[in-house]
Amino acid sequence: MTDFTFRPGRTALEAVGLGMRHRRAWALRDCSFRLPAGRVCALVGPNGAGKTTLLSLAAGLRRPTEGSLTVLGGRPGGAEVRPRVAYLSQDKPLYARFTIADTLRMGRELNPASWDQATAERLVDDGGLSPGARVGDLSGGQRTRVALALALGKRPELLLLDEPMADLDPLSRHQMTTALMTAAAERAVTVVMASHILAELDGICDYLLLVADGKVRLAGEVEDLLAAHTLLVGWHEQSGAPREFAAHTVVETRRTGRQLTALIRPDGRPVRGEWQMSEPTLEELLLAHLRAPDAPPLLTPSAEPRAGSKAVGAFAVRNRPGPAASSPYGA
Amino acid sequence: MVEFRIDRRSGVATYLQIVHQVEQALRLGLLAPGDKLPTAKEVVAATAINPNTVLKAYRELTRDGLVEARPGLGTFVRRSLARPQAGADSPLRAELADWMERAHAAGLAREDVSALVTSVLEERFEGPA
Repeated sequence: MTDFTFRPGRTALEAVGLGMRHRRAWALRDCSFRLPAGRVCALVGPNGAGKTTLLSLAAGLRRPTEGSLTVLGGRPGGAEVRPRVAYLSQDKPLYARFTIADTLRMGRELNPASWDQATAERLVDDGGLSPGARVGDLSGGQRTRVALALALGKRPELLLLDEPMADLDPLSRHQMTTALMTAAAERAVTVVMASHILAELDGICDYLLLVADGKVRLAGEVEDLLAAHTLLVGWHEQSGAPREFAAHTVVETRRTGRQLTALIRPDGRPVRGEWQMSEPTLEELLLAHLRAPDAPPLLTPSAEPRAGSKAVGAFAVRNRPGPAASSPYGA
Repeated sequence: MVEFRIDRRSGVATYLQIVHQVEQALRLGLLAPGDKLPTAKEVVAATAINPNTVLKAYRELTRDGLVEARPGLGTFVRRSLARPQAGADSPLRAELADWMERAHAAGLAREDVSALVTSVLEERFEGPA
């Protein structure tokens, strides 16, 4: 393969004004974003940010309280969408009494059209697990391996993973990541991976969705989001932000003695003054946004929903013409 | 065939690490015109990185005219970066070795020599390599 896996014109997930209320509290509110197909997307946010709610909505296990969410152009959990989506929840539900061989057979019989027995068996085998072992006797990490084998064996177009690697040892994590990336390379699978472990995401994910307090804070290509920000370090003794920052969007400033560190979104023009400038790392970008909940959201053009919603952020492409929402893959 | 080594903590973008490693292999003659680069799938299987990162690196190398994609076959080296003037038996290298010997005799430590070389290098060739 010499072509990129992503298909910018095709949409895997699209949320417009999406909201979900659990009893009194909103787990998600006014969420709008788009995930193009073929991306490997990191879903990041603090505990309780709404990541799990978003994934279970996409899997069709819950209905949104307000707004809309489309999955591969259809209704989440709908008859023509469900066979093309695999969802791995945090608790990795498997039948404890089944053996591993039974579990894979279940995968084969539930997904007769798409099932890839060889891939599923290889993933189980790589972990040194015997097909006759009972799922109930496996460790947490071993169960995760079987659950991922089941999800990848289904050969889905969209793979939704909730904290998939949390309980895996380093070798298993490497093997599972390799299996995911191989699926991306071979079949351009769209992957959405919720995780707290930033090191697990760097180099793997090419798309980012940062949610906090039930809202989308950042969405888009990782490299474009990084390039839209500049990390400044310099000498600043007066109180308050330096005047030359006023022309730009300031995400966060921090002070250590006379040194000021700031993450900004430069507004086209270069920043004046004696500042040491660099592009932030993914970790610096995420931590700054998590520490600064009031920073305005930023969506790159490809992450803007096409179904006529309000646009936010400096990248926003306004008044995109055409009723794209009615076609199965957007425009 | 080259094997890439990805350092996730280096701070250098992953695709650039691949570009640099291919260029280095071309300079050292580990890769020669006609050699095939590993496919994105092969790199992914060895390093567990995103396949698009590999493809982005290969596009960059293609744009620089160093490699070319042959549809259905893979990505192949077009030209080498190895220069005879920079080879192990070249006069330039011998002169540099002589100079290092004199710097050592003058009492300079490795760090002093490195700092001196870097400063002259930057003076002569502006911008990062």
